[in-house]
Amino acid sequence: MSLVFYILSALTVAGGLAAVLLRNMVHCVLALTVAFAGLALLFLNLDAQFAGFAQILVYIGAVAILVVFAILLTRGSETSRDGIFSRTWLAGLAAAAAVFAVLGWAVLHSMRQLPHETTVPDVTVKQIGQLLVSRYVLPLEIVAVLLTVALIGAVIIAMQEKEESQ
Amino acid sequence: MIDNLDQIFVLFQHWLISFLPSSWQPAAAVMLSVAAIICLFPALFALTTVFERKGLARIQNRLGPNRVGPFGFFQPIADGIKSLTKEDIVPLSADVAVHFLAPVLLVITVFMGFAVLPMGRNMVLVDLDAGLLFYFAMGASSELAVFMAGWSSRNKYSLLGAMRAVAQMISYEVPLIMSSVAVVMISGSLSLTKIVEAQNHYTWGFPHWYIFTPWGFAGFLMYAIATTAETNRSPFDLPEGESELVAGYHTEYSGFKFALFFLGEYVAMFSISGLGTTLFLGGWSAPFSFLTWIPSWIWFFSKLMLSIFVFIWVRGTLPRLRQDQLMNFAWKFVLPMCLVNLLVAGVWRFMGEGLLRWVVCSAILIAAYAGMGVAEMHKQRLGPRSYRYAE
Amino acid sequence: MTPLAGYLLVAALLFSIGLAGALTRRNAILVLIGIELMLNAANLNLIAFWRYGPHPEALTGMMFAIYSIAVAAAEAAVGLGLVIQIYRHAKTTDLDHMNRMKG
Repeated sequence: MSLVFYILSALTVAGGLAAVLLRNMVHCVLALTVAFAGLALLFLNLDAQFAGFAQILVYIGAVAILVVFAILLTRGSETSRDGIFSRTWLAGLAAAAAVFAVLGWAVLHSMRQLPHETTVPDVTVKQIGQLLVSRYVLPLEIVAVLLTVALIGAVIIAMQEKEESQ
Repeated sequence: MIDNLDQIFVLFQHWLISFLPSSWQPAAAVMLSVAAIICLFPALFALTTVFERKGLARIQNRLGPNRVGPFGFFQPIADGIKSLTKEDIVPLSADVAVHFLAPVLLVITVFMGFAVLPMGRNMVLVDLDAGLLFYFAMGASSELAVFMAGWSSRNKYSLLGAMRAVAQMISYEVPLIMSSVAVVMISGSLSLTKIVEAQNHYTWGFPHWYIFTPWGFAGFLMYAIATTAETNRSPFDLPEGESELVAGYHTEYSGFKFALFFLGEYVAMFSISGLGTTLFLGGWSAPFSFLTWIPSWIWFFSKLMLSIFVFIWVRGTLPRLRQDQLMNFAWKFVLPMCLVNLLVAGVWRFMGEGLLRWVVCSAILIAAYAGMGVAEMHKQRLGPRSYRYAE
Repeated sequence: MTPLAGYLLVAALLFSIGLAGALTRRNAILVLIGIELMLNAANLNLIAFWRYGPHPEALTGMMFAIYSIAVAAAEAAVGLGLVIQIYRHAKTTDLDHMNRMKG
């Protein structure tokens, strides 16, 4: 359990906590970006280079900016007068704590049966490319269709409709 | 001797770190290269500011800065002293933390891009297997810094400038990546050193640079358009046009933070030109096989400065594009051309050597360009130029 | 504690933080932020199991994570489009006020 892992996980968890606790929405998104960056660094620590760089490119470069645009278009900077947490916040917190308890118990309880290979896998982008067009070509095509549908659908959903009534 | 001159920086680095114990040597080697990059590119930035001002001035039939030093070449020193000693004004209602972090994040992500550029033979900081993907990941992260700058100033002009800049950068990110994908397809690797090595061959003295192929030429043109838009340079500089938006997203920055934004913009220009030379212009390889005795790093930096010169030239020549014109251009013209370019690159690869593939690929590209040009202009009803004189 | 268990615990923590955020905040966009955190935590799980599991040369975990990133991006786009349209209709993004089906 190296020092790098502790620092990176502290950074990621701090970013995640700040993302759900802060009052200002844009600060939440920036904290989320820090969490994404921490996760990308954790992927790099796990020798998954392609996944780490794809995480930075897609999440920080696109999803964070999408969320920021949505906040600006819906005037999220005006906080509701009833506070930032909903009326049923206690139930939500209890559910999340229960989920963490179950997952943590499962991990710690089965630690001895978990696999633990230590040889670093030698993964090149060439292998990923070859797998994408040989074994995983069907998911690739489906994801292409999905992205097209999502693109067209998002544009149609968010388009301003013509005013029917004055 | 020629080999030594070519590898002079590598040998110098090895000599310097030989004084350290061997367990410190890898880290020290990396630190030394990083220090070299951090010292070199801001120095180039200083030189480029004075070149730009004098170049633009000469295009506009005036002289440019000529008081500070011989022919004005010490002007960056004066600019540097000015920006370091100016008062750092932060607006009262600004978000102080984000306002401070925006230029820092911009400069960090822009300098990270240099880590994968091969600046000479064996002169790359990190030879990543997915180097091109890393470069684009850093480029995408710099957009967030632009947004942070615009939003944290709590100024409607800044916010508007930031939104326009981010929309423009995201729109042109797609043609940028697509035109590089054609290069990746042909060279078979995302690693920039392998892409340069694939271009480092000569036939009858002429190099195998990708710009000398039909798809490479079209790809380079689209890459050039996309880079001009990504770095917010004229003619795509509406987000920072002084006549439009005061100064766009860096309106509320003064002193050193403004200098950091300026530095970030120019260093982004260097790094993206560096990537363009690596992908299309052969990186550090010489143009003719009888010129390979000139060191590789001289070729890389010459091509880089040539690209910067073309940026300055285009800035002085072309008028600014309106926001909707530039978005239309990106999505309706450049992106379809990039897709056609990918198709043409595939046709090139599978057609086998010979004259036929040149003819077929060029024909497809020219037909696509003419077709799309006609389709776009059809709606605009532009006729021959007509003059109206005052009576 | 083995390294794999450490990564799994971090992923579980991040997942529950995302779940807490999605369940307790008022603003609709913060629910989407919570969902993105949950998806990222699942990705971390996948990559950790790929790295420390048997047969990492089959690249199954990495491919799964890459597809998950792509699908999450698509879902964020559509979700945010929906939030924007709901805001235009209901003039608020406060989820406590959107508790009726009647328009």
